[in-house]
Amino acid sequence: MLRVKNGDPLETLRGLLRQFLEDKIFDALLVPKALPSGAGFVQTLIKAPEMLKDVHPFAPTMPVQSARILSNLTVGEPGGRIGAVVKSCELRAVVELTKFLQVKLDHLITIGVDCLGTYEVKDYARRVEETDDRDALTKVLLKGTKTGQVEPHDGVDLRLACQMCENPAPINADVTIGLFGHDPSQEVEVIVGDRLESDFQDKGILELSEAKSESREQVISSLIEERIRKRDQVYREFRERSGDLQTLMNTFSTCVRCHNCMVACPICYCKECVFRTPTFEHQSDQFLRWAERRGGIQMPVDTLVFHLTRLAHMVTSCIGCGLCDSACPSGLPVATLFRTVGHGVQSMFDYVPGRDPEETPPVATFREDELQLETGAKD
Amino acid sequence: MSEFEPRIVAFLCHWCTYTGADLAGTTRQQYPPNIRIIHLMCSGAVDTIYVLKALMDGADGVLIGGCHPGDCHYQTGNYKARRRVAILKKILTELGYDEDRIWLRWISASEGKLFANTVTQMVEALKQKGPSPIKGMWTV
Repeated sequence: MLRVKNGDPLETLRGLLRQFLEDKIFDALLVPKALPSGAGFVQTLIKAPEMLKDVHPFAPTMPVQSARILSNLTVGEPGGRIGAVVKSCELRAVVELTKFLQVKLDHLITIGVDCLGTYEVKDYARRVEETDDRDALTKVLLKGTKTGQVEPHDGVDLRLACQMCENPAPINADVTIGLFGHDPSQEVEVIVGDRLESDFQDKGILELSEAKSESREQVISSLIEERIRKRDQVYREFRERSGDLQTLMNTFSTCVRCHNCMVACPICYCKECVFRTPTFEHQSDQFLRWAERRGGIQMPVDTLVFHLTRLAHMVTSCIGCGLCDSACPSGLPVATLFRTVGHGVQSMFDYVPGRDPEETPPVATFREDELQLETGAKD
Repeated sequence: MSEFEPRIVAFLCHWCTYTGADLAGTTRQQYPPNIRIIHLMCSGAVDTIYVLKALMDGADGVLIGGCHPGDCHYQTGNYKARRRVAILKKILTELGYDEDRIWLRWISASEGKLFANTVTQMVEALKQKGPSPIKGMWTV
C-alpha cells in the first residue's frame, strides 16, 4: 500500500513513476500528460524525469487508444524498454494486438490503472472552460474510487462505452495501481506482477507484502455487476431500435465514410484497408448506372457494406473501448453496434478478447470438429 | 402473374463442388436454373465481402460449396471457410437478417446428385422466404 502524501494521489503517483524511470525499470514512459491549458490530456512518451510534471496516470479523457501508439513503439526494435500507463481497455487492446504480432510484449512494461471511466474530450474541455477548474472532473472521479460510484457532474456523464464496461480493473499488468476500495487522499494500492517482482526487490523499490485488499475486490465485483446490467440494457435497446438491416441503415445513413472509427480503433491495424483500395474507388459512370437501376442512390455509397465488413473482420477482437463512437463526427452508435454484435459472435467461440495473450483469436484458427449447426451441415 | 424466382449466387470450390456440379450436368441430373456459379479454387478463398456483395447486389441466397472436412485439396481451406461463414451468419442474425439464406454445404466431386438436390432444396426454401430484404442495398 502506498501512503499518499499531502492528500495528493496524483503527485504521489508521479513520484512513483519518477522512481521507476530513474531506477531504469523502463527507459521511457508513455503516460497521459495535461495540456498547458488543462483542457485535455495527450499521451506523451517521456524520457526526462522532469517532464513527469503534470502527468495524469488515470486521465479523465482518452483521445487516442494507447494500444495504437504502443504498436508503433514496440513492434520494431525500440532500443530500450517502454513503460506505459494504461487503462484496462488499452491493456486488453495491447493483448489483442500481441496476438496479431502488432505489439511485442518483451519491450513493454505495463502499468495498469483502475479506471472508473473517461469523459468525451469535448465535454471535458468545455467543463474546464466553464468552471475554470482544471481538476473538477478529476475530483469527481477520485471521489468515486472508494465505492465505485461516479455521479454525473452537471450534466457531464462518462462515455457510454465506459458506463457499460465490465472490465474496470486491468488484467495481468506488470504493475497495477489499485484505486478501487481506497480513499485516494490517504492511500493507493500498488500491485506488482511476477515479471517485475525480483527487479523491484533488487532495486529496493517499494516494500512488497503479500497483503491483498479485500475492499478493492469487493468494489470491483459490485461495479462489474452494475456495468453488466447497464451493458445488457444497452444491448436490449439497440436490438429494439435496429431490428433489421433497413432500420439499422436509418440510423447509419448519416455516416460520411470518413473512416474515423476505423482509424481510432486499436484492433483495425491493417496498413491498407480494403475500403481504401481501388476496389472501392468506383468509376463515375458506375454511379449513374446504379442511379438508373435504382431510381436514386444515397451518397456517399458503401456505408452498409463498410460496417458489415468491419464487423466481419474485427468484431471477434472488439474490446469495447468505444473510441469509434467518440471519433464519429456524425455521433453514430458505432461502439454500441460493435459491442452488441460482438457479444454474440465472441460468445459463439467462448472468446474474451484481451483476457490472455496466449489465446488464439477465433479468426486465426479452427477446430476439426465444430460449428455443425451454424453451417447447417446436412448429408 | 409469375411466381417469385429466387436468384442464387454460388461460390464453388474447383476440386470438389464445382466438379460435382459438372458431374450433375454430365449425368443429366435436373436442377432449377436459378443458380449462377462462380468458380474458385477453394471454399477458403471465399472472402466475406463476396458474400455480402452477392446478397446486397441482387442475390436472394448464396451457396458456398466446398470439400468435406478433412478432404480439402489445400488441407485446411474448408475449415477456415466454415469459421468465416459462421461469423458472418452470426453477425447477420444479430442484425435481424435471415442467416439461412447463406448455405455452406460440403459436396464432393462424386456427389452430382447431392449438388442437384441441394440446389433444388435451396430454390424451394428461398421461394418460401421471398425476396431478400437487402437485395438492393449494395450502394446504401
